[in-house]
Amino acid sequence: MNGSQETANAITNDAAPALRVAPAPHVYDTRLTTRRMMLDVLLALAPVVGMSLYNFGWRAVLVMAVTTASCLVVEEAGALLQRRPSSLGDLSAAVTGLILGLSLPASCPWWVAMIAGVVAIGIGKLAFGGLGQNLFNPAMVGRAFAMISFSKFLGAPAYRIAEVGGIVSQATPLTLARDAAAEIPALWPMFLGTVNGSIGETSVLACLLGGLYLCARRTASWEIPSGVLGTLALLAGLTRLLVTDASIAAVPALRLSVLEHLTSGALVFGAFFIATDPVTNPISRKGMLVFGAGVGFFVWLLRSFSGYPEGVMFAVLLMNALAPLINRWTVPTPVGGPVPERR
Amino acid sequence: MAETAVIAGFQGTFPHGIHPDDRKSLAANTPIEVLPAPKTVLLPVLQHLGAPSNALTRPNQEVVIGEQVASAVGFISAGVHASVNGIARRPVHVTLPNGRRVPAIPITAGAEQHSAEQIHADFIGGEWPTVDMPAFAAQEIVDAVLGGGIVGLGGAAFPTHVKLTRQPNKTIDAVLVNGCECEPYLTSDYRLMIEAPRAIVAGGLLAAKAVDARFVVIAVEDNKPKAIAALREACAGTNVVVKALRTKYPMGGEKQTVRAVLGRTVPTLGLPLDVGVVVVNVGTAHAVARIVLRGKPLTHRVISVTGHGVKTPRNLIVPIGSSYRSLLDFCGGLRPEAARVLSGGPMMGFTVADHDTPVTKGTSGVTVLTRRDVSHSAETACLRCGRCAHVCPLNLVPTRIAMAARKGNWDVARRYHIQACMECGCCTYACPASIPLVQLIRVGKARLPQQGSGSGKQ
Ligand code: SF4
Ligand code: SF4
Repeated sequence: MNGSQETANAITNDAAPALRVAPAPHVYDTRLTTRRMMLDVLLALAPVVGMSLYNFGWRAVLVMAVTTASCLVVEEAGALLQRRPSSLGDLSAAVTGLILGLSLPASCPWWVAMIAGVVAIGIGKLAFGGLGQNLFNPAMVGRAFAMISFSKFLGAPAYRIAEVGGIVSQATPLTLARDAAAEIPALWPMFLGTVNGSIGETSVLACLLGGLYLCARRTASWEIPSGVLGTLALLAGLTRLLVTDASIAAVPALRLSVLEHLTSGALVFGAFFIATDPVTNPISRKGMLVFGAGVGFFVWLLRSFSGYPEGVMFAVLLMNALAPLINRWTVPTPVGGPVPERR
Repeated sequence: MAETAVIAGFQGTFPHGIHPDDRKSLAANTPIEVLPAPKTVLLPVLQHLGAPSNALTRPNQEVVIGEQVASAVGFISAGVHASVNGIARRPVHVTLPNGRRVPAIPITAGAEQHSAEQIHADFIGGEWPTVDMPAFAAQEIVDAVLGGGIVGLGGAAFPTHVKLTRQPNKTIDAVLVNGCECEPYLTSDYRLMIEAPRAIVAGGLLAAKAVDARFVVIAVEDNKPKAIAALREACAGTNVVVKALRTKYPMGGEKQTVRAVLGRTVPTLGLPLDVGVVVVNVGTAHAVARIVLRGKPLTHRVISVTGHGVKTPRNLIVPIGSSYRSLLDFCGGLRPEAARVLSGGPMMGFTVADHDTPVTKGTSGVTVLTRRDVSHSAETACLRCGRCAHVCPLNLVPTRIAMAARKGNWDVARRYHIQACMECGCCTYACPASIPLVQLIRVGKARLPQQGSGSGKQ
């Protein structure tokens, strides 16, 4: 706290209780606090978590529990080491842990999940200086680390493990899309989420429910999901218009239609829950749109041409890195114009 | 006719802003009453923006209500008038809620005072000519306003005769009479619009006459339908137009009102004058009518005493210079849960630390907040959520300015236009991380090193 600011001098007064002195404003929007925003995200994730239980059963519970627990432990340890008050109450670590868990495959071994959680908070957040200082989305930092270090458990093969849940344990739709011989699943199951994928990403319906709640509460800015989904739809649509059979033979993922793009993989989950992390995206509304569009563009690029079937994680991390630059480009002009010189 | 009049550029609102709980029902339906003259009043010689006035009284000189006790010094200044009959004492120093320490003339009230009925009738009652206005010359009006010590009653207390003086190479085409009263709780303007609408219309017409404006618009937020109806009735037969604006804070800010009513954008650090507009508060319009038509200087004003921390919220005609304590006592005193007494409303008001300080011409209300009202969650780190920027009526990036100001990083503060901030407080209100943004910006503006020579706003 800034000493000169909220110095609340108790003034004793014969008329009544201790009256306090403070500078204006004296009232606040109590509907919106850091904690309330994080609570909103947890609430919005409820349908997603529900769907994950239906799809993957106790394995989903295990992964989410491990990531959340390790995030909370590291957050608390960080507070103890830095001798600052515990920050578990702002719930931001819980949100990171849950989103991380939801972004992993159900087959992920508990110790990989744990390491991902430790890296997410330890390196993704605390190493940058804690809440509000981190450049990258902590959950995605943890996931990227695990993916690179333990690709065996997080790559495409991890999704084919037979005994997971009651669901078709076939390859994920986006992996299938890269195999010119394979068929992409029908849209309706992809929308409902009865397909394979990371724990929380499969059901577009569940993600939309939670995501729209977040936008309605204004905890998430609508500009970001709109930018992501709009740009990807646009690019996928253009591709379908321009693409030739020859190019599909060379790059099979180019055959994905707009709706297939929108319903597959972590796209909707990422657009509403990952890209909207306020800390790691730009400040102005214009900046947010640009950020969302950038994520959409990179998702399309990575899905189509990279070595990975899914691109949401790297797309978000890339745009996180660009967010400060976007902020610089989008400094709003004051109403009435810039402050005149010589005033 | 007035209802349907078309105003070029009318928008009805401005971008951004906030919607705080207005809490006006506490005092909105309480008719204006007269606060009896207190035993003493304390008249600061500086109650306005500009140069302090010059005390004229000798110690123990007898004064009567309306007599000038301090005279304006220079153009941007305003005189002060006795608000009770009594005996002027030797000037003392007083610290006003806004932090300024100024000399003040104490007046001990005598036994003979005007009755409440007399003051009420003189302030509100009687006839206020609107259609049948006598023909005044512009200079007559300005001189009367100067002589009456009239200043902006909306809070800023800028001397009104300065606004009404025609300036070479500036043409004024519109006078806006501001009845938005967008601060939560406050109801003094609202009551005045309902109880003395014709005085407000007359004041608007006089101001227009002084600056030679083509038209007069009275702007009221659309959460005050009764005030709008009363004013529309009072406008009958004149060319004054009443316009309803969207209810939103800070609609009553000059720049926001001008934008909403006329679609004109006042330049950064500029004045409505720069876009051909003079804005006066409804209370000011009433005061102008009162001095010009009735020869009564600014000795009293309407103040709402409200909030959940005061026993009986009321709207009072108060002799200027009465102590906050006398107002609070008249309203039954504080409730046990009272936590903060404010001069003004909760968005821009100042805390009153010493209840024996006087209310001044710029005091629009006394708001008593409770512990519950002011309780606030602890500050967390900035989430960079952008909410502060999304509510800033001036389209600034408060988080950047505030953090730069906190670190003394003046280049960044300037790059993000720190000087443009009008300290409305929307950013702090909206911040989920409870960061005292406007407080940091305010301190930053004061500490901002001057650029080059002779630059920087005081
Ligand atoms: S509203 Fe508060 S938390 Fe959000 S960006 Fe502004 S300062 Fe940061
Ligand atoms: S106080 Fe200043 S920065 Fe904050 S919202 Fe108002 S004008 Fe913008």
